[in-house]
Amino acid sequence: MTSTPANTATTTDTTTPMPWEELVTSALLGTDRRPPAAGPGGAAGPVALLDAAALHTVRRRAGLLPAAAAGRPEPAPADPRPPLPAAARRRLAQLLADRSAPSGGGGRRGTAPDLTELLPQWLATAGRHGFRAPAVLLPALLDAARARTDLRPHVLAFAGPLGLWLAGMNPEWKFALRAAAGSSLPSPTTDPEGVRRLWEEGLFAERVALLGAVRRREPAAALALLSTTWSSERAEDRLMFLDSLRTALSGADEAFLEQALTDRSRNVRATAAELLSTLPHSALAERMAARAVSCVNPDRTGAVASIAVEAPHECDASMQRDGVVAAPPSGRGERSWWLGQLVEATPLATWRTQFGGRTAQEIVGLPVADGWTEELHAAWCRAAVRQRDPEWARALLGTPATPPANGPGTASLAERSKLLATLPGEERAVWVADFVAAHGLSEAFQLLGVCAVPWAEPLGRSVVDALDIARDAGSYPWSFSGVMGLAERCLNPAEADRLEVLTTTPDEPEGASPGAGGYWSEAFQRLVSTLRLRAAMDRELTPGAA
Amino acid sequence: MLLSHGGEPSRTADPVARWTVEQVQALAPDEASRKAGHKLGSAGPWSGTGHDHAGAVWGLCKGSGSKPYRTVIDTAGPAYKCSCPSRKFPCKHALGLLLLRASDSVAVGPGEAPDWAREWLDGRRKRAAEQHRSAADGAPASGPADPEAARRRAERRAARVTGGAEELEQRLADLLRGGLAAADQAGYGLWEETAARMVDAQAPGLAARVRELGAIPASGPGWPVRLLEECALLHLLDTAWLGVDRLPAPLAATVRTRVGLAAVADGAPVRDHWLVLAQYDTPDGKIVTRRIWLHGRESGRTALLLSFGAAGRSPGHALPVGLTIDAELTPYAGAGQPRADLGRQFDTPATTGTPPAGGPTAAAVAAYGNALRDDPWLESWPVALRDVVPTPSEGGWQLADAEGTSALPVAPQALSRPGLWKLVALSGGGPVTVFGECGHRGFDPLAAWTTGPDGTGDGLPVPLI
Repeated sequence: MTSTPANTATTTDTTTPMPWEELVTSALLGTDRRPPAAGPGGAAGPVALLDAAALHTVRRRAGLLPAAAAGRPEPAPADPRPPLPAAARRRLAQLLADRSAPSGGGGRRGTAPDLTELLPQWLATAGRHGFRAPAVLLPALLDAARARTDLRPHVLAFAGPLGLWLAGMNPEWKFALRAAAGSSLPSPTTDPEGVRRLWEEGLFAERVALLGAVRRREPAAALALLSTTWSSERAEDRLMFLDSLRTALSGADEAFLEQALTDRSRNVRATAAELLSTLPHSALAERMAARAVSCVNPDRTGAVASIAVEAPHECDASMQRDGVVAAPPSGRGERSWWLGQLVEATPLATWRTQFGGRTAQEIVGLPVADGWTEELHAAWCRAAVRQRDPEWARALLGTPATPPANGPGTASLAERSKLLATLPGEERAVWVADFVAAHGLSEAFQLLGVCAVPWAEPLGRSVVDALDIARDAGSYPWSFSGVMGLAERCLNPAEADRLEVLTTTPDEPEGASPGAGGYWSEAFQRLVSTLRLRAAMDRELTPGAA
Repeated sequence: MLLSHGGEPSRTADPVARWTVEQVQALAPDEASRKAGHKLGSAGPWSGTGHDHAGAVWGLCKGSGSKPYRTVIDTAGPAYKCSCPSRKFPCKHALGLLLLRASDSVAVGPGEAPDWAREWLDGRRKRAAEQHRSAADGAPASGPADPEAARRRAERRAARVTGGAEELEQRLADLLRGGLAAADQAGYGLWEETAARMVDAQAPGLAARVRELGAIPASGPGWPVRLLEECALLHLLDTAWLGVDRLPAPLAATVRTRVGLAAVADGAPVRDHWLVLAQYDTPDGKIVTRRIWLHGRESGRTALLLSFGAAGRSPGHALPVGLTIDAELTPYAGAGQPRADLGRQFDTPATTGTPPAGGPTAAAVAAYGNALRDDPWLESWPVALRDVVPTPSEGGWQLADAEGTSALPVAPQALSRPGLWKLVALSGGGPVTVFGECGHRGFDPLAAWTTGPDGTGDGLPVPLI
């Protein structure tokens, strides 16, 4: 605001004011040293100065005028999406408000649901229904996304053009502008010149986003774009760019990748080899297969069919060129290390021919001579994951009831969950359900993580039964807090009513941990109320169902 | 009323005021309670919950003990009761229960209050009815037992305040004689000591102003000007007090209030539908001051409810922003004082309301200027701005008229508040209606409404503080 200049005061004023600057100077230096010019009354002391200053202050405040307006911001683009239903809006406000509350001691204790864990799910559902975010909640949404990178894609999609506009006003939300750069990329079909310019002049993140976007729309154009500058890119950039070829990888990329096998950077070479090996008809895959079949053969010496393994004796230059890493990690023999890499990069179909038309399951079932079983099966597991081959994954997983240590493929749960991920969703759920039924929950956590949400009915039932068994066994629920947390997020909300019976505190069985029954009842109460909450959230977000 | 006792719930709408999450949040006495309340804001720990047609909400909350806490809220008050030992008000259980009601339409269904809740509710409602009757009978407010003794007490106090004002005048004169430049070196202690003398003189209003003077030398560039202004206004207050007998009655009342003598609410009660525009607390030494701004739908008046809480206890009143109460307000004496006391309430509060009409920026500063005529010590004046656009400006933000070139800078204290970003988001670069306090330091936005076709739809104020 600006004050009216003192000289606009009416001249009829009998107490002609002293100029303000003079008052301030006198006040700063003191009236002893610098008496203000005497007013009409003749008084020149400190009291006269205060009188004059009071008059001036009140006059200035009473005469304030608005300031000149600065340049108006460009209005935010309109967002045509429908607004959230009122109930869903209230829910979001609560989820966001809870976010700022610390989870406190023992977040997994008590009967109240952990709302922070439900925010991602809420955002995903709202995104599916295509609602527009309420304006007043945008600051809280952007703050949430700033703190949790996993929320960003959902938050930014939900926040829409207004969110982006707002983020442009506040440096704390810069991340939103970076992430959004991808949405305004030039298209290779309509703006080839823009694509070329951005590719040549853009920041690294912009170029990665551009390459990714072009690859999704026109795989060949992305390769062509990459080829134009490939030789002048820095090694770590080459690695990143190469990675974007994973999208829509095809035989058309082979020549480029073959060339990258001679790259200066070892990491680039390794990635190129890995990509080539997932192309079953690539020359590299054939070369690897040729090497592998010379090592792994049907053993014709014995009475029963079995597999004979003769690991490679050297890692020659051509193998290294094809991405085989010569030096093993400490504690591993170099011959088995080389073998593993050969088998991993060999198309799985090779083995059918090599073993007389046997199926994956039959091949996995064959005995392996000289203790090579573990090495060979582990390499096949990696190949099945890399080549996304459900038949081999199935064979290597074996039946879920078999104890992991005696299974055909691998005992590692991390690798098993990767194998599982190659199976169709329903099959995955049934397999894990049977696994849980056979072995309980203590080893199932990682496997549950790769199952589709909400869990299919048999899987959900199996997990709940296992929890019930664990309770009857008298252990404490926090041994299962990981699975409990997953169940809260992944169980079908429709199961809440069925689970209600578990919330009662049972009589303590003999030998049970003291007080465990009460804690279990608490844990199940939280499970049930979380499921109810999720059901309510879904209902509130379904148009017309509220 | 759409519901009879224990009747079927209405499928269309809640007939009773249902507070929103934001409204409940605003009730929390402090940050810790707000967070604790949120943890209790879901169905988990609650049982036996319900609400009735008259605005009561109740429930049992499982705590650490064997017996659950009994929580009941009369939203018509609002008033709270809980069997927990907390001295916070409302306690976390009350907040949690209100949040549950706000966010979950199923969890707290309509019903009849259980006996333990009914007892308290009936008592409250009976007392309210009695109060109303005695007010209607014209029963005199209970006056002092001994008017003569009271008069003598008042005289003694006035004499002490006069002593304080004279002493303060002396100190101000000394300060100006020696120069403000020295005040920078003298530091805080000088002011603290003077403030303590004013407390002894039973002039808390003077004490508070003196304490503020002490903070000015550290307040950044331009502090000598600000210090001179505040010294001058303090001097104006001293001299006004010393000559209070010769002032017109309304101005004399204002001066008494400013000096710190207890004011009285003795104006003619104004009944109206009052929309709660804002509620916020400011810590002030050992006391928390709560301000609640109300806007009357029919009268167009804006009124301020002030309440105070000692350390650790929250101020008495708590009204959710966006609620409209049909109530009587009793204004305080004094020229142009917006302060009032909340009197009788007539109906259950509603969650609909009409925003103040508002005007352009020029009208807002003019209103502040006019108000200074009655009370030159006013820092700011409540106004609503109509169709203003939040605009980034050099070093801050301003609210610019949608048409024209005028703007009010956003007051410094509002720039760091999250509410500012809510306001910017709400506007999206377009015009909004904003209520706030307009003063010589700028405009402090407290509540906003969208005015475009793309409004939030419920017409409720968005709290910005």
